[in-house]
Amino acid sequence: MVTADQVWEVLAEIPDPEIPVISLVDLGVVKGVAVDDGTVRVDFTPTFMGCPALEVMQRAMEEKIVELGAVPEVRVRLDDSWSTDDITAEGREKLRVAGFAPPTPRPAGRMELVQLQRGFRCPYCGSTETKLENLFGPTPCRSIRYCESCRQPFEQFKTI
Amino acid sequence: MSDRTDLLLALADDELILGWRNSEWTGIAPFLEEDVAFSSIAQNEIGHARALYELAAAELGTTADELAFDRRPEEYRSAPLVELRRLEWARTIARHWLYETADEIRLAALKASDDQEIAGLAAKIDREEAYHRMHAEMWIDRLLATDEGHTRLDEAIDELWPYALGVLDEELRPELKARAQERLGRALPDVEAKPRGVHEAELGELWEEMTSVRRSAPPGAQW
Repeated sequence: MVTADQVWEVLAEIPDPEIPVISLVDLGVVKGVAVDDGTVRVDFTPTFMGCPALEVMQRAMEEKIVELGAVPEVRVRLDDSWSTDDITAEGREKLRVAGFAPPTPRPAGRMELVQLQRGFRCPYCGSTETKLENLFGPTPCRSIRYCESCRQPFEQFKTI
Repeated sequence: MSDRTDLLLALADDELILGWRNSEWTGIAPFLEEDVAFSSIAQNEIGHARALYELAAAELGTTADELAFDRRPEEYRSAPLVELRRLEWARTIARHWLYETADEIRLAALKASDDQEIAGLAAKIDREEAYHRMHAEMWIDRLLATDEGHTRLDEAIDELWPYALGVLDEELRPELKARAQERLGRALPDVEAKPRGVHEAELGELWEEMTSVRRSAPPGAQW
């Protein structure tokens, strides 16, 4: 008989397909695991909705559950229940080490461009002399910043 | 078709068609950052369309792909604003800003909906749209900062204003007008809105291109 703990453990082994340093559990996109007889139900939220890695993540979770000898039922939740605030402390550290500035906390009110223009720490040298180069980057979840101290461009995980 | 499905299809069609239009800048935007920005915005909009089509498809017993690609152009419920093809920068920015502003007003209303599925999805979409809005606002600042930019933006807004009104239901239009007048610092005329359902000729051309691969596939092809 599979336990929920075993399921969490195997899900934590699945890397994000586009930022493989971080796992799906680090990302906080697994909202719940329920075991009912031989069926494992996983509630999962996409990060960004146009993320092409969505199906890859879903399939990877199903495969892991099948390997445990259970029947997977992965449900995609399309609501506001995931935020970048759900990325774990460990996940943030993994992002930083890989050269991605982790997301800042979700603001209480409307997000303004001015909040994104200043004060972010460079993941390479730690300087806060960085500027926003582009709100958009190579995948929907990233922006591009530039460090004026070490003259290195870097990617910032967007806050949503 | 229920009012709910009709609403979902209108929202999804707007996002799909605008996503397609935004993607037309991929590779040819004035500079690299904008190439990346418009490509990324396109990807987001098409992601929103997919989720909205999925909700509609569950009700209609079909699939998101069939709704996106297997209807005739006249069956789409998109607003004429998103159908226009204007590969000129000031018009692109004017359309982008008008659409995002209207969409913010529309999403705020949907987030307050009693329908939990629609309210939840609108809230998630709105988180991503916040980045589109910041991008559009940044460009409005840039265009307003020079005489030439200001003139070009004014011309583009004048041309697109009746289309922008057509994105929203009648009761939400006064809010769009108030916000646009405040931001642009000038009065906008009272004009007839270009209504949803009366399509621009460009939609037919877009549809031909967008569905050509799917239409040419042999029956039973696996995607």
